[in-house]
Amino acid sequence: MTSKLSALRRDPQARLGLVFAGSVLAMALLGPAIAPQSPLALVGPTYGLPGDPGALLGYDYLGRDVLSRLLAGGRSVLWMSFAASAIALALGAVIGIAAGLSKRWIDHAVVWGTDVLLAFPDLILVLLVVSMLGREPWLIVLTVAVSFVPGVIRLARGVTLGVVSQEYVEAARLMGYPWWRVVLLEILPNIATPLLVHLGIMLTWAVGVLSGLSFLGYGVAPPAADWGLMINENRAGLMIQPWAVLAPVAMIGLFALGTNLLAESISRAGSRIGVRRGVKSRARTQMRGKKRRQREKQA
Amino acid sequence: MSVVPFVNALLQVRDLSVAIEDGPEIVGEVSFSVLPGEIVGVVGESGCGKTSIATALLGDSRAGAVISGGSVFLDGRDILALTEAERQNMRGAVISHVAQDPALALNPMRRIGSLLDEVLRVHLPDLGKPAREARIAEAAADVGLPATREFLRRFPHQLSGGQQQRVLLALAVLLRPRLIVLDEPTTALDVTTQARVLATLRDLCRTRGIGAVYVSHDLAVVRELVDRVVVLYAGHIVESGGRDQIFESPAHPYTRGLLDAVPDIAGRHAVRPIRGHAPALQDRPDGCRFAPRCALASASCAQRPGLRETGRDFGDRRLVACHHPIRDRRDDTPIASRLISAAAVQPLAVLEGVSASYGDSQVLFDVGLELPKGYCTALVGESGSGKTTFSRALVGSVEDVEGTFDYDGRRVRLSGERDIDLRRRIQYIFQNPFRALNPRQTVGQILRTAALHFFPIRSADADREVAAVLERVALAPELARRYPRDLSGGERQRVAIARALICKPELLICDEITSALDVSVQAAIIDLLRQLQRESDLTILFVTHDLGVVRAVSDFVAVLQHGRIVEHGPADRLLDRPEHPYTRALIADSPRLRETAG
Repeated sequence: MTSKLSALRRDPQARLGLVFAGSVLAMALLGPAIAPQSPLALVGPTYGLPGDPGALLGYDYLGRDVLSRLLAGGRSVLWMSFAASAIALALGAVIGIAAGLSKRWIDHAVVWGTDVLLAFPDLILVLLVVSMLGREPWLIVLTVAVSFVPGVIRLARGVTLGVVSQEYVEAARLMGYPWWRVVLLEILPNIATPLLVHLGIMLTWAVGVLSGLSFLGYGVAPPAADWGLMINENRAGLMIQPWAVLAPVAMIGLFALGTNLLAESISRAGSRIGVRRGVKSRARTQMRGKKRRQREKQA
Repeated sequence: MSVVPFVNALLQVRDLSVAIEDGPEIVGEVSFSVLPGEIVGVVGESGCGKTSIATALLGDSRAGAVISGGSVFLDGRDILALTEAERQNMRGAVISHVAQDPALALNPMRRIGSLLDEVLRVHLPDLGKPAREARIAEAAADVGLPATREFLRRFPHQLSGGQQQRVLLALAVLLRPRLIVLDEPTTALDVTTQARVLATLRDLCRTRGIGAVYVSHDLAVVRELVDRVVVLYAGHIVESGGRDQIFESPAHPYTRGLLDAVPDIAGRHAVRPIRGHAPALQDRPDGCRFAPRCALASASCAQRPGLRETGRDFGDRRLVACHHPIRDRRDDTPIASRLISAAAVQPLAVLEGVSASYGDSQVLFDVGLELPKGYCTALVGESGSGKTTFSRALVGSVEDVEGTFDYDGRRVRLSGERDIDLRRRIQYIFQNPFRALNPRQTVGQILRTAALHFFPIRSADADREVAAVLERVALAPELARRYPRDLSGGERQRVAIARALICKPELLICDEITSALDVSVQAAIIDLLRQLQRESDLTILFVTHDLGVVRAVSDFVAVLQHGRIVEHGPADRLLDRPEHPYTRALIADSPRLRETAG
């Protein structure tokens, strides 16, 4: 495990991902404290361009400071996506491992169930629930989590089946270890890597879904600051004051890119796949052959 | 070091070296030659560079490795100096390759006929359809396959393992190459099938004058098949020469050690492991690479010995890379097997009428077996004979099983839940040490968990137990803090044995526990098992397909065929005077290291 962590620290891609995701996260957490203005105060001209020393990114459609709203608007989307992904991971892992370990017909029933849920588009499901039951943050988190669960179940079940067929799990069963010990000590540590990777990917999706929800007007209620909402509010003035739209877009993009890079390097470290070298080495063998021929021609 | 070129050599390898890209050398200074119609065996343990040499002969290297020097002259042309297109023309037409596992080497979605046809269409585009069919029929006849339309329309999965390997052979000889490179082609096959494939190969080389390089770790097979032997250790040739010289009077201490480590069906001989283990790629010593493990090592061994000629007879050049070559013949005194006194034999476990099935297919039919207390019983059979199912039924992990099981005087149910005491008393060791240990737990954790599960002891006592059991299986106590991935295959199997021993079992079930290991490691594990048995009066059921191993470890043998026991008796009687025709065939087909029965 330690060697894997140190390998991860050395991987330039993991570092880049960490810098991207980390800086967005730090900005969202510390932002409200360092914002120059209140995110709700009307302080400048409508769609005012950047230029004033107090407003680096200009003003939005009501004349609020874009920088202050940007700094304040990350918290909601980030905590909600973290919460939704974590809930989905926990729930999906439990059901997936249980399905992988249980008798054939239970396993089949779970797989069919996830198939039906997977056939239903995520965003439509979330929109349906939110428009029927309201837009409380916990409800949105829960719905997004539920829409992610089938994917986690499929993944957890698949890797569990792979691990269960390994002989060390059978050895533990033959010893008569209690089932919870088999799950916690033999199975869970060996399926943790793919699940972690999936968590990273889900974070990206969740940020997308939540921003989309705000953009469509079903997420965080105005006048509160939120990146998705900011895109929606200011899109009419995109040609006049592009910064009011581009800044939140950049934050969402940067965070998604960062978590994705990080997830990919974790998965690479987990499976110990190096950078592909086969093609290169074959080319080099060929090069050596050519050099040799040249040498022989000269001789 | 110069190699006197053979005028008529088909293949001539000179100073070939293969290295990890920007890293250490995998093999170095490899030189040997093959004459037409000759089979040369390249022998060594895993990690010695056998496969690197085999692929380098075709001008290829594995991903991450490069051919860093030397030349491979094939029919007078250096294959390494050709362009990729020229090389592709030579592959198949002049030199061809037969891979290790036929099940992986054949495209499962293609019919046999189309696989064979494709090779001809690519290499000989001018050939018409009737001519191609004639060539396929000829190649099929050469390797002993029927060339009927019905057979050629089959998919690879519809063939047996032996037939699949013959298809690979047919693919290799289809273009009438001058040389075939075979990379452990029979490792995945049963002895009977292996014997037939080897006979086919031998005929093919003799009648068509095809040269062959046979890469293998199995010394007995090599002895049955080849004309000359090249022995590799840690990437260098340590010895080469005629087959009889190498097997009767090996001059290099490593060759001698390797031969002493092989258990042989022909007679009961002391199996002696080579001490230590082969160095990893980056830890290879500068001088003689075998010196750290060699009993004859001296100060001069810090200098790397060159490959020198030590004499020739019958025209075979004999080369040895050693400062202290051994001159005398190999001593080969059989050891007496353990005397079995009828009065002392008491059964620990008695099984009667055991039948087991998976779904609709029945695997075991009314099997009865007694396991005598304090003795080792070997269960022998080919793959699919039901031997693993039988051994798993003993530990209660087969669901659909009937029959009676009397253990130590009490009746035990074969399927269903078992009490913790019985689970402790019967321990199971798995075939593949790479899959039998949890990669996320240290060796110490694995062993402690078992000790704490079965005995009401404190944590400190468990640590003491772990140290004691590691000592019993001859592992260093520091290993308790390591993860399985840091251990070699032999060390992992020792840990698996330690996990069984820490439970203080009475009956140990060993399911092919040496078949994934190298010869010298296997010898050490066999040694360990015999020693443990002497010390603590263990009863062992040793499941295996290798009759040589049976001769080395077991007191009794039961032979399983298609789910029925066909013969059962004391090991020496059964191996020397088999009664059942199936046992006779098995013994006749097993390759042997010595000519006469001991």
